[in-house]
Amino acid sequence: MATTAVAPGQPTTKIGKAASEIDERLIVAGPLRRTLNKVFPDHWSFLLGEIALYSFVILLLSGTYLTFFFDASMAETVYEGAYAPLRGVEMSQAYESTLALSFDVRGGLLIRQIHHWAALLFVASIVVHLLRIFFTGAFRKPRETNWIIGVVLLVLALLMGVTGYSMPDDLLSGTGLRIISAILLSIPVIGTWAHWAVFDGDYVGDAIIGRFYIVHVLILPAIILALIAVHLLLLIKQKHTQFPGPGRTEHNVVGNRLFPAFAGKATALFFIVFGLTAALGGLVQINPIWLWGPYNPAQVSAGSQPDWYIGFLDGSTRLFPAWDINLPGDYTIPALFWPTVVVAGAMFTVLALYPNIERKLTKDTASHHLLQRPRDVPVRTSVGVMALTFYGVLMMSGGNDLIADKFDISLNAMTWVGRIGMIVLPPIAYMATYRICLGLQRHDREVLEHGIETGVIRRLPSGEFIEVHQPLGPVDEHGHGQLTYGGAPVPKRMNQVGGARRAVKGFFKPVERISDVHIGSRQEQRGLEAAEAERQQLTGSGRPSEGGRPSDGGRPQDPRD
Amino acid sequence: MSTTDHRSPGSHGGDDTPGPLHGGPDDDYTPQQLAGMDAEELNRLGARYDGVEILHVDPPPAPGSGLEKQAERQVSLAFGAAGLFAVLFAVVYFGSDWFLPNWQWASTDNGWSALYTPLLGLTMGGALVFIGVGLVLFVKKLLPHETAVQDKHDGSQFDRSTTAATLMGGLDKTGFPRRKMIGRSLGFAGGAMGLMLIAPLGGLIKNPNKGNPLGTTPWAEGIRLVRDDGTPIRPGDQEPGSLETVFPAVEGGNFAADAATMLIRLRPEQMADLQPREGQADFGYGDYVAYSKICTHAGCPVSLYEQETSRILCPCHQSQFDVTQGAKPVFGPASRSLPELPITLDDEGYFVARSDYIEAVGPTYWNRERI
Ligand code: HEM
Ligand code: FES
Repeated sequence: MATTAVAPGQPTTKIGKAASEIDERLIVAGPLRRTLNKVFPDHWSFLLGEIALYSFVILLLSGTYLTFFFDASMAETVYEGAYAPLRGVEMSQAYESTLALSFDVRGGLLIRQIHHWAALLFVASIVVHLLRIFFTGAFRKPRETNWIIGVVLLVLALLMGVTGYSMPDDLLSGTGLRIISAILLSIPVIGTWAHWAVFDGDYVGDAIIGRFYIVHVLILPAIILALIAVHLLLLIKQKHTQFPGPGRTEHNVVGNRLFPAFAGKATALFFIVFGLTAALGGLVQINPIWLWGPYNPAQVSAGSQPDWYIGFLDGSTRLFPAWDINLPGDYTIPALFWPTVVVAGAMFTVLALYPNIERKLTKDTASHHLLQRPRDVPVRTSVGVMALTFYGVLMMSGGNDLIADKFDISLNAMTWVGRIGMIVLPPIAYMATYRICLGLQRHDREVLEHGIETGVIRRLPSGEFIEVHQPLGPVDEHGHGQLTYGGAPVPKRMNQVGGARRAVKGFFKPVERISDVHIGSRQEQRGLEAAEAERQQLTGSGRPSEGGRPSDGGRPQDPRD
Repeated sequence: MSTTDHRSPGSHGGDDTPGPLHGGPDDDYTPQQLAGMDAEELNRLGARYDGVEILHVDPPPAPGSGLEKQAERQVSLAFGAAGLFAVLFAVVYFGSDWFLPNWQWASTDNGWSALYTPLLGLTMGGALVFIGVGLVLFVKKLLPHETAVQDKHDGSQFDRSTTAATLMGGLDKTGFPRRKMIGRSLGFAGGAMGLMLIAPLGGLIKNPNKGNPLGTTPWAEGIRLVRDDGTPIRPGDQEPGSLETVFPAVEGGNFAADAATMLIRLRPEQMADLQPREGQADFGYGDYVAYSKICTHAGCPVSLYEQETSRILCPCHQSQFDVTQGAKPVFGPASRSLPELPITLDDEGYFVARSDYIEAVGPTYWNRERI
């Protein structure tokens, strides 16, 4: 064989040759192309899960840095570091090393604060991501598994937070630990045993911080990492859901291919999330443990609050009445058990089972890949808002002392507001949401039937004034639209249906000629037609939507997402 | 297609023809055909093979147009700003305590140490955000906007039937459904091994009822009540209506989790209303009473004493205890009174405990009443 001639299709460039060398060994070209070609729906709400993912990456990076300096030991030592007000004070090594991170490690405070902000963002983005999944019905068959994995991830994220902020052994975290200890003790029958197993004895002992440390830096992150991997693999396998719209069906995904558009946007989002966290970590002080002081069982820092995501449990604990249950034989079920273990357990269990509950009640066992607009499922939406209201009342009650202080209301009144609100407000929220959903639905139908309000008032020869409506599609002889509602947003303003040309580009001065905008929009029109024609031709033989592929030929197929 | 070297020894061993089931697109498209297609055609062909159709492409701004130049400028500006911020970060980070003032905290703050962390955050954040912004601008303004549609595959009956047959065939060959004894013994071994593997966790379990540390504190008969700094207390040291946190005068008493106690001197009006708990009328001394500081709800140190109302407030969940009624909870989630420490004076006239608390202090638990 002549060595000078290049076989047809063989690469000639350096990079091409190198790529070819790699593929001859690993055979990755096929899977790589499939990955690059994967289509992602283009809707902002799909970025919420990504924000959760990116904040987790930031947590891993910043947390690893912190482990180089943090010492999870409860041994006593005397502070001699840079922060003068605490010099000579006795404290645990955990607290001392956290002070050192803040004052003696160059840039340590920045990373510490980035870590804490990323933790807050992590939980917040998980919760908002969950809400989008809930309110759009993305959890329905076949995605129930991913929903359950998600709920587990949420619980793990909360545990991450609690173990994390208990470790510095400052006054605030010590108070939190004390309450954790009491919650463990409150479990009927096995409470004291559970406490002894976790704390290695009575409160506080000298084991708990070391134990929390290993849970926080190894066990939980490993489980979370594994679950995120499964979460995303399932997502790739099942493909994204999408909102209904032109060309979108239960059997396709419309959007951008991974490469380059989606990859570009996702990378950009990562950098922006990281950048904002870094800016927050530098500019906005968080958890200044040197102001709280070292833990001391006889002291408590005034007005201190747990991180926001624990607020709802703090609130439920404040609201629940002092109802110890005394059983024969001098046994007691402490009141504390109900608002903590039971409330949290019930909330997360119901949350995890929600897809199954809904399926039982609606008897809808079909697979769904098209999302629903919240207004179109008023019962679910109202249930969701009801739950959120309940959660909101609890969370507000977690800060009721601050509210009472700020607005000069009696604390006892605030507690009663919470107790009553927790029962009365959710049903009200349910009913209000239900009405709003129906109203929005009706308005959609109205626009489809009568058209968009143009704002143009016309006077009829009879003297009557009418508003001109722009129908969205063909009309029947009464001027009524014949479009049916398909679950997609209905345009309600003229600009959304091309009532105005797009603006001329340029900030200070136009960078394009006004006539270009006209030409552009005309070209676009033609481009569309051309694309359509091309598509007809290209896909005549093996159009995916016809179920064929150019080379199917009845051969066994590679596995493919 | 790989190339084969026929010259070296050992390269003649196998048959270089692909098996009969080999195939796929390589059969449909010869290398010559592929070589004849341009990049765009190949791109679309590959996409189509992956079930993806490119429906529509909005072209990016025309090369050389004003729009393109503007977009290019914006993207480069963003990336440039990112680089600049990153350099600034390094300057602040390494320059402090070199050609810039020291970054470390100092009581005579020169301003720089207070700016150090904020500047680091600002520059790092700026660098990262501007990279992101540049990327967004790039994707939005300089990439073609394509709309693609990809098929979703529903499960295939072919796959289900053939996989089920393979599985069942394999299971049949093992004969497990028939050979019940093997199955049972294996099940037994598996269960026992599982137990064996989690058994070491038993090391975590300890008996909480041994030695009764839950019901006891360092207080005992004759132990002095001392302040945080270790000084003992006499009647008359405190004004009526005031509260002092005291600890047992033992090694580490001021750090013991359950020992903190509030020594309260009541005002005469409060004395008049005093209703001690049953059987505890003599626990106080004169106008002094001593209650545990550990909240009976979840164990926070109760701390706010409002003398006008005689109430002690716990900051954690706002339980309130009335000191004139034996520290009975009068509001909030706590269900039990704060335990009272029986006190008296020793020979030198200092306060001492008459015994440990007669009940467990701190939060309620299952068998508390039995301890
Ligand atoms: C560690 C926390 C989590 C991470 C990192 C994460 C990440 C992601 C990402 C990147 C996506 C794709 C983008 C999107 O649809 O937003 C996704 C989808 C999904 N997530 Fe999560 N998620 C987390 C927690 C949760 C939670 C708490 C739930 C619900 C209880 C959940 C349920 C789902 C479901 C059902 C999908 C598929 C949605 C669809 O295809 O439309 N995830 N997740
Ligand atoms: S710990 Fe005192 S009220 Fe909860």
